[in-house]
Amino acid sequence: MSDHVTVTIDGRKLEVPAGELLIEAAQEHGTYIPRFCWHPRMKPVGMCRMCLVELETPRGPAIVTACTTPVSDGMVVHTRNETVQRMQEGVLEFLLINHPLDCPVCDRGGECPLQDHVMAYGPGESRFVEEKRHFEKPIPISELVLLDRERCILCARCTRFSEEISGDPLIEFTDRGNGVHIATFPDLPFSSYFSGNTVQICPVGALTATAYRFRARPWDLEAVESTCMHCTAGDRINLQASHNEVVRILGVDVEPTNQGWLSDRCRFGFQYVGSPDRLTVPLIRDAEQGHTEVTWSEALDLAATRIGEVLAGSGGQSVAVLGGARLTNEDAYALSKFARVVLGTNHVDAQMDDGLDPQFLAATVDRALISDLDSAKAILVWGPDLKEEHPTLYLRVRRAAQELGAALVVVHPRRTGLDDRATHKLTYRPGEGADLLTELVAGSGRASQARQALAEGPVVGLVGRTGYGEDPRLAEAVAAFVRTLPDARILPLARRANIYGALDMGLAPTLLPGRVSVGGEGARSIAEAWGGLAEHPGLDTRGILEAAAAGDIEVLFLVGADPLRDVPDGALARRALERVPFVVAIDQFLTDSSRLADVVFCADGFAEKEGTVTNLEGRVQKVNRIVPGPGQTRPDWSILDDLARRLGVELGFGSAEAISKEIADVAPAYRGVTWDRLDWEERDGIVVPDGGEAPLRFVPADTPGTRAGGDLVLHLARVMYDDGVTVRHSPSLAGLAPGAAVHLHPDDAARLGLASAETARVVTEQGEATLPIRLDDTLHRGVVYVPFNQPGMPPLGPGPAVTVTPA
Amino acid sequence: MTDQLRVITRRMVEHPADSHTLARYEATGGYRQARRALDMGRDELVELVKESGLLGRGGAAFPAGLKWSFLAPARPAYLVVNADESEPGTFKDRQLLERDPHQLVEGMIIAAVANEVHHAFVYVRGEYPKPARRLQRAVDEAYTAGYLGEGIFGSDYDLEVTVHLGAGAYICGEETALINSLEGRRGEPRLKPPYFPAAKGLYMMPTIVNNVETVSNLPHILEMGPEAYKALGHEADTGSFLFSVSGHVNRPGNYELPHGLTWRELIYDVAGGIRDGNELKTWIPGGASAPWFVPSDHLDLPITKDATAKAGSMLGSGAVVVMDDTTCVVRAAERIVRFFAHESCGQCTPCREGTTWLEMILRRIESGAGREVDVDLLLEVGGNISVGLAWPPRMTTICPLGPSAVSPIISITKYFKDEVLAHIHGNGCPLRGAQR
Repeated sequence: MSDHVTVTIDGRKLEVPAGELLIEAAQEHGTYIPRFCWHPRMKPVGMCRMCLVELETPRGPAIVTACTTPVSDGMVVHTRNETVQRMQEGVLEFLLINHPLDCPVCDRGGECPLQDHVMAYGPGESRFVEEKRHFEKPIPISELVLLDRERCILCARCTRFSEEISGDPLIEFTDRGNGVHIATFPDLPFSSYFSGNTVQICPVGALTATAYRFRARPWDLEAVESTCMHCTAGDRINLQASHNEVVRILGVDVEPTNQGWLSDRCRFGFQYVGSPDRLTVPLIRDAEQGHTEVTWSEALDLAATRIGEVLAGSGGQSVAVLGGARLTNEDAYALSKFARVVLGTNHVDAQMDDGLDPQFLAATVDRALISDLDSAKAILVWGPDLKEEHPTLYLRVRRAAQELGAALVVVHPRRTGLDDRATHKLTYRPGEGADLLTELVAGSGRASQARQALAEGPVVGLVGRTGYGEDPRLAEAVAAFVRTLPDARILPLARRANIYGALDMGLAPTLLPGRVSVGGEGARSIAEAWGGLAEHPGLDTRGILEAAAAGDIEVLFLVGADPLRDVPDGALARRALERVPFVVAIDQFLTDSSRLADVVFCADGFAEKEGTVTNLEGRVQKVNRIVPGPGQTRPDWSILDDLARRLGVELGFGSAEAISKEIADVAPAYRGVTWDRLDWEERDGIVVPDGGEAPLRFVPADTPGTRAGGDLVLHLARVMYDDGVTVRHSPSLAGLAPGAAVHLHPDDAARLGLASAETARVVTEQGEATLPIRLDDTLHRGVVYVPFNQPGMPPLGPGPAVTVTPA
Repeated sequence: MTDQLRVITRRMVEHPADSHTLARYEATGGYRQARRALDMGRDELVELVKESGLLGRGGAAFPAGLKWSFLAPARPAYLVVNADESEPGTFKDRQLLERDPHQLVEGMIIAAVANEVHHAFVYVRGEYPKPARRLQRAVDEAYTAGYLGEGIFGSDYDLEVTVHLGAGAYICGEETALINSLEGRRGEPRLKPPYFPAAKGLYMMPTIVNNVETVSNLPHILEMGPEAYKALGHEADTGSFLFSVSGHVNRPGNYELPHGLTWRELIYDVAGGIRDGNELKTWIPGGASAPWFVPSDHLDLPITKDATAKAGSMLGSGAVVVMDDTTCVVRAAERIVRFFAHESCGQCTPCREGTTWLEMILRRIESGAGREVDVDLLLEVGGNISVGLAWPPRMTTICPLGPSAVSPIISITKYFKDEVLAHIHGNGCPLRGAQR
């Protein structure tokens, strides 16, 4: 056992892995050594001195910190002898002399490591009769986090997190000795996308979150493990509620996905669940009075009648379904079956014109696991700015490059969050990606060094669209290139909630559940199971909207979909929705789009229902219910089931769990995935096999590239905080959207006569807006960057041709 | 009267007007040893310094040659001269920097060659603007003369020297905190292990950190040879030693002496005895961190590293602080503890919280608000920083700063408990009025 050593801990001889830290080795064998500053996901600093232990050495007993001492063979350790106990009491007494004993009003009270350690290891009383240290408190260090410097025990967890993990060191110790405290830099708030993690790992109540502060006592909380649905990484969360209201989300440390970390969007973006603006009763709209509240029966009857008329007249080809990415797999499956069987249509799309081929997202072969990043020698990110769209994936890539030595090549039209850790960064004009790819493939020109960095495997390629101005086929061509690299695996990137689950359930015009192709071999058995399938070729979101705008769609379902906001060409979406005679919305809020719906069904949402979701690896995990939906909301599957019955079809849905069993029967990739296994033995999820019936093997399209005619090209891309419905209705986050603006390279601004202008007129084929100018010298020349869906911004459309003139 | 030695202080004593200039330095034999060192190479130089028995002069008295031999093989390696002399009562490096900076530069060249260093740094205490200016001028002169920079002395050896001024933090005299500070980080000591400078020092590369006085000795060791150098000293304490004597003596100052004389000789002969005919009450033998000595127990002890350690204290960096019988020991201890509390970097809980707490208790006793239990409390709080109040300290902290603050506590409760209790029972200092 050369990789193991023998140590004696408190008289017990143990075999432990060589090189492991004493604090970990002891814990794995049942000896908990108290600690504050040590955190398993960060480097040890040995500052708090709580984990002091005594070693027997040839030169007599030695005092060491267990968090900084690797085990070595023959080591004899005492963790609870008299010396150690005295030191533990000493450290705790020291920590308490200046710590306010305001536990009754402290968020941490009841789940506070300091409290617990004092109980277990501390002295019974304090001998400190002097005045405690005072600071002004609490001070907001960002919009989301408040700092109480009197409670702080200076463990450096938060500062280390911001430096080692999130890479935005905006908080630091200042002053010295007894006056040391955490501070932000002058005029620079702690505006990290990951600030909430510091609140979670703070061992006292020094850092508190505006969203949770004074909202609950920990012992009153109900909690359940679940999966975040803000982005597609499948981050494990602990969902906590008090009095039927979600009050807090904590990250769960699981190795395959988020390793305990969450973005602030995930952590604080639960507030929309309890928003007073939630829909609580069904609505129908009439021309004079707008929306009025009705009973479920009235709403369902009206919808069934109108749909029945259309189906009887024009058939399923004039019915379309948009959305579904916000649903669980079970609800998505129900919607897929409802569309194909009841509505008889293949005009179904959960991707809101995000542009990528559903086969690319769902059926990529050689699909990577997130954990493959840890062992990668090289990583290529050619897609969205991970920090904005896939925040926890950004942390994992950052760690791989910063701590694990992976080469990192980032390709994007402007600065990304990973640039400071990228070994190679290439910028380019959207539309000219194919030229750059040609160079990268050949290892020529400005891509030659980046190509060399990718020469040694294993390589992981994270591939998606950099923005809406980019030709969607480019991602497939990039993926094809990645597949030529040694030991390469690919993570296809799309950000929309449960989009991978929705596609796997067939919410795409070309796909049926289990990545079976419409019209393909496997479709026959699904048709058999379902008792029939729509046959006509389906339209994608853009096709549906264009058909609707042309008057060819008579019934449009919006399922958690707000095309006016969600699709890049919002103007087209408005023309479409205004033209469709009958719009049915299943939603949680009245959005710009569902305001135009004739019937609005109120649905249960996240935290209100049980089910499964699938992340970008193909990992299926549970989401769980912790609160009831407001008012009369119902799960989507049950709304569809009722509607189907009124239309004369029995879908046979009894419960979400029953649907999950049907999925396992019908969808080949999901065989064997059951709630039971996910609840018990596979809590980290089950990765379904990659590929599909017609796996995308990446035959790259011939030099894709829709080059814009003019000299400027639009780069329309998402940022973390926008005017989407979940952010807008989460008060903690709503104010964080950066706002509408047009970003120009200073040289371009000068050329356009905008060097000192404050606003500019931005015009595309699909829209126009007057926007404040921000100069950004990280932009590739000729690229005009506009963040997508910011509050108060009219839809600009995807471009890519754009003109920018003085306002 | 004990004769002083004239080794590293010879030039400044014999040529007080211009001992800091290159002209004077070279006229008195300077830079010959640096040239010789270039022909010797690492192994020979390390062996030579080992043979000389040179002990580090920064306080820990670690054998300098041994330290050099620990240098890890990775390159580049760095040399950092610790000129952050900040211990209360210590003022020897200041004179070496101010009055014989070329001696240091030549020592640095020798140390650099011995450790295959091509970039050396001097970290000068922030409150030493004049010494820093003098040193910078000397470095500039050496560059102009071709003794530093590319191809020094016409050889193919390159050596850059950077003089860096600190920002006023005692903790930056701790070698790993100094390295952090030099890198632009907070001046906080690093964990040892793994960050032993000889393995992972400046910019995580092998680094030798030597004190100004240590390095200033190198040209002399080369010049006179290790045997002659050893013969200057006393047994294990080789060479000469700079004592900074301050406090209530008639002739405070820096004295270059061999080890081995007694404290009585140092205080009464060398430093001229106690001022105003007062009685000697106590003295600190080796800087503010060291436990105190008292006349009844220690006056006739020989001043050697071993004898001092055996008596429960240390010679440290040679700062001897003498206190006469007008001194209130509570106030003196409070002043020292306050220094350490103020200079704590704040990393380790026991040091950050404990030193300030000790200061508060002492201030309370001094002001007359002490309680009987405070004597035990001082010792127990001290015991939570320095386990068992042992010497050398068993630290609950990363570096020795916190335990240093416990030394005066141990000293006053051991030798002057009655005086401490008199403060408590008499509502304040019994010596009030006697002090000056």
